[in-house]
Amino acid sequence: MLSGRTTRLLRPTLSPIGLRQRQNNDVLALTPLIGQEGRFCSTLSPAPAASDPGNGAGCVFGCAFIAFGPAFALFILTVAVDPLRIIILVAGSFFWLVSVLLGSLVWFVGVQLSDRGNPSLQSGLLVFGAAVSVLLQEAFRFANYKLLKKADQGLASISEDGRSPISLQQMAYVSGLAFGLISGAFSGVNILTDSLGPGIVGIHGDSPHFFITSAFLTMALVLLHTFWGVIFFDACERGKWLAGMGVVVSHLVTSALTFLSPWYETSLIPIYLLTTCTAAWAFSTAGGPSAPCSCFTCEHPALDRGYRGRGVGLRFQADGSRGPPTL
Amino acid sequence: MNTSGSEEEFCNERTSLMTTESPPVSSYHVETGISSLEDTQTKGRRPITNESNNREADHEGESVERDSTADSEDEEMSLKYGAKHVIMLFVPVTLCMIVVIATIKSVSFYTEKGGQLIYTPFTEDTTSVGQRLLNSVLNTLIMISVIVVMTIFLVVLYKYRCYKFIHGWLILSSLMLLFWFSFMYLGEVFKTYNVAMDYPTLALVIWNFGAVGMVCIHWKGPLQLQQAYLIMISALMALVFIKYLPEWSAWVILGAISVYDLIAVLCPKGPLRMLVETAQERNEPIFPALIYSSAMIWMVGMTEHSAVQQPSHQETNSDEEVGQSHHDNTEDNRNMVVPETEVHGAQSRTTSAVELEEERGIKLGLGDFIFYSVLVGKASATASGDWNTTLACFVAILIGLCLTLLLLAIFKKALPALPISITFGLVFYFSTDNLVRPFMDNLAAHQFYI
Repeated sequence: MLSGRTTRLLRPTLSPIGLRQRQNNDVLALTPLIGQEGRFCSTLSPAPAASDPGNGAGCVFGCAFIAFGPAFALFILTVAVDPLRIIILVAGSFFWLVSVLLGSLVWFVGVQLSDRGNPSLQSGLLVFGAAVSVLLQEAFRFANYKLLKKADQGLASISEDGRSPISLQQMAYVSGLAFGLISGAFSGVNILTDSLGPGIVGIHGDSPHFFITSAFLTMALVLLHTFWGVIFFDACERGKWLAGMGVVVSHLVTSALTFLSPWYETSLIPIYLLTTCTAAWAFSTAGGPSAPCSCFTCEHPALDRGYRGRGVGLRFQADGSRGPPTL
Repeated sequence: MNTSGSEEEFCNERTSLMTTESPPVSSYHVETGISSLEDTQTKGRRPITNESNNREADHEGESVERDSTADSEDEEMSLKYGAKHVIMLFVPVTLCMIVVIATIKSVSFYTEKGGQLIYTPFTEDTTSVGQRLLNSVLNTLIMISVIVVMTIFLVVLYKYRCYKFIHGWLILSSLMLLFWFSFMYLGEVFKTYNVAMDYPTLALVIWNFGAVGMVCIHWKGPLQLQQAYLIMISALMALVFIKYLPEWSAWVILGAISVYDLIAVLCPKGPLRMLVETAQERNEPIFPALIYSSAMIWMVGMTEHSAVQQPSHQETNSDEEVGQSHHDNTEDNRNMVVPETEVHGAQSRTTSAVELEEERGIKLGLGDFIFYSVLVGKASATASGDWNTTLACFVAILIGLCLTLLLLAIFKKALPALPISITFGLVFYFSTDNLVRPFMDNLAAHQFYI
């Protein structure tokens, strides 16, 4: 068995034919059967639903774009244009890293102190470690909020008109994106590099759709972190502790759903439902209209914002009430 | 070249010098307008401290004191200026690290054991852990003492105005980097990808690369080309270190050189501090080939500053408008360039663009680039956690750089750029490799997400 990162891959010991048979059915089907009048006779059968592309460059690129496409698009369009947002992004990643460090320390200490030979205990420890890690991530999200709040006040105090060049809501979004990017990178990049190498997925009876589902889970996680950032900061700013707890609970639920992992109907679909609901929640928190039709007529004043330059966004007044939309 | 003719010595003195050249604060205060003109007129990048007594610009927004509302506009400018400068350093540091990581991951030559430098004579193939540790500490002591000796030698040469010697040394060492090391690098890349290239073509390519590099670094050239060459030679140097430094020695050397950097720059009798102060007294710039400047190019001819200065496009500006930024090296463009960039808005009111553009931009020593890349490259080469460790070290170094620039904005004098970043990098390397990696691997194996 492989001593590397994933236990689902086995380095090829089969003949190339066996390898091909394990891979994309389409590839096998397109093998030319030159016989009938020397023409290609494709026996392409209807591809099975959600067939995993298998290994190779196609898998790597496809899964990479699925997992990180939205995140990088958000980064390039909204964050890369403003140096202050890039700094906040890096700071957010740093906070997530510290939180995961502490979480893994807890898990590591638990593993060292426990009986290594007991697999159920080890998996229980893993679940415990994951839960602790989730709670620590949220705690560090709060710490990030505190730091950015202070930064916001500092920026406001040194600016000419008393307004900081970046609003707390923008900071919330960037911080959430930072957590999402670094969390997705840590979860996904190793799997992506493994998908490049030679190997066979699921040869021990595991699901052959490992890579593509990992990619979708990573994308969901990135987006969820972004939304959680927006909601959480808003909750902290306005003292809505229920919303804050909702974020924590939703994170725990997401992580717990991934524990049902090979049973993708129960893990992937609910996670995407949760993502959509959280997206709607974050959208309404950020001031989006609750009625869909006004969205299309673009009459809602909040929609006149948009990310045009700095200082755009709702301003939170000192008493926590929402200020008028500023431009 | 240096006296012994080996590249390691060159890089030692280069790195030892570099690490001090953290940007002088003058760059933050150039917009103050007329008051700074006299200072900027004498060229060079000596830190301007007189007008800075009212400002403590802080782009991270911690407590700031404002003296007068009249300066508030400039303060806001210097704040935005500060954030832009952080990014102006993030980009080259990131690029250098990307080059090093990409090379380490693809070209196996730099991860193969190929002997050791003469500065690290003790081998690490010993039987016991204690012996290995002892050997690595001894290697570090030798390396650091070589660096200290070379730095003191350089400072003495500078003090006694042996400029020709220093310039000859620098030219010979960049010759070696640009021709020999890049030839080796190209050869290894060709071997990896099985590309066949005939010697005449190779000679032409290397000659062009090297000659243009020498011209850009030591004489005049477009700013971005000079920056690109400095990044490339830093990456080449870092790859040499990664290949030839044994494992444990590399980590101990990284720690020791951060401590040395701290001492050399901050202690009153530290060699690097004396170098910076001597340069300030004489109103001269420090050597062009040893500093990465985000906005200026530097001349070998130290006496004439106005004739050869580049229009200083902010690097972020040029990132945003890649196709549009001109880097014509003519004096005519200097005055026309100023209104184009938004950050220069405050300076457009000053009559002469020359003096203003002198001090703009952040300067970071090449040794800092080299050691950052060594850390990240070693992390990606040797860590079994692979990309997790590399990413963690990368973020740690960027945060360290950010904090260093923050301190620079507060203290307004030359600061060592290595200690904070390397400390964070080392902490994150060891903790991610030993704690986070097994945790994340276990989670990933079962497809659990946290």
